[in-house]
Amino acid sequence: MHELPVTQGILDVALTAAQQAGGCRITRINLVIGELSSIVDESIQFYFDILSRGTLAEGACMAIQREPAQATCQDCGFQWNVSIPLVPSCPSCQGHRFQVTGGRTFYVESIEVNDEDSSGEGYSERE
Amino acid sequence: MKIPVVKDILSANDQVAAENRTVFDAANVFVANVMASPGAGKTSMILATAKHLPPEIRLGVIEGDVASSIDADAIAAHDIPVVQINTGGNCHLDAPMISKALTHLPLTEIQLLFIENVGNLICPAGFALGANIAVVVASVPEGHDKPYKYPGMFASADIVLLNKIDLIDVFEFDVLDFRRGVGLVNPEVPIFPICCRTGEGVDAWTEWLVEHIHAD
Repeated sequence: MHELPVTQGILDVALTAAQQAGGCRITRINLVIGELSSIVDESIQFYFDILSRGTLAEGACMAIQREPAQATCQDCGFQWNVSIPLVPSCPSCQGHRFQVTGGRTFYVESIEVNDEDSSGEGYSERE
Repeated sequence: MKIPVVKDILSANDQVAAENRTVFDAANVFVANVMASPGAGKTSMILATAKHLPPEIRLGVIEGDVASSIDADAIAAHDIPVVQINTGGNCHLDAPMISKALTHLPLTEIQLLFIENVGNLICPAGFALGANIAVVVASVPEGHDKPYKYPGMFASADIVLLNKIDLIDVFEFDVLDFRRGVGLVNPEVPIFPICCRTGEGVDAWTEWLVEHIHAD
């Protein structure tokens, strides 16, 4: 259920940007989603295909760039990328003192639009 | 043609959350967003805390549930003003839901508002409501591995309450491992062990809460 309102948010942000650019049709939405944000890529595209029907974004593809989360061991300085579930100890020294940073961003980086179809004829922005 | 956007996906929700916060601040109400998995003891924690609050801090509650008014009825039975939000299957509360519920609360008569979120360790952490603090309630029977599996939730916490500590031996709960897991993503967050059934630790957490209300 989480992905549905998230996808609505993506659509709203993308449509607003497309309208500001003159009502061009959206062909691609570039997203940055953190590794720890518990978002399933396939679900986003699935909901998007339904929610975007009849809008300027209908048929657009979603390109999701994952922002990694990084752990830094405070004992040995080892750094590595982590995902869920987090491991309880450092893979290098087996110590327990490390910090996890990043991996929680969540934004529309850019949209790509079709220049030749700036009228947006036949498409209207949804509420 | 590529058009740069760089806008938070949930910015529309964040905007309403900021408006909620303005309403809370104007009414001098301190708001805690209470998040936990189902059955961790969110309602029990609210009721146990209510018993320890000083008389000058009057409490109101917003109850978020997928369905039913079981929790809201439990709160109302203690003469605490309560508004029920049924999300109709949605797994979390969002800022517009709170905005609507606010009109049914006597904001000028309360100083503290608990918003009990839907039981879920994933989605609620992503949706700001306009609260002053996020309270994450974990409980012993869930196991000490939860911070490793749901880092987003524990990273969002301003305080973590570890409930049902009377069951630590029964469930062979490793408190140190739990604390380490929380510390990975949220090194400074205070962790208060409590037991809503016996009342153990509830006074210490309430004292922390009251200090933060007064400091706000």
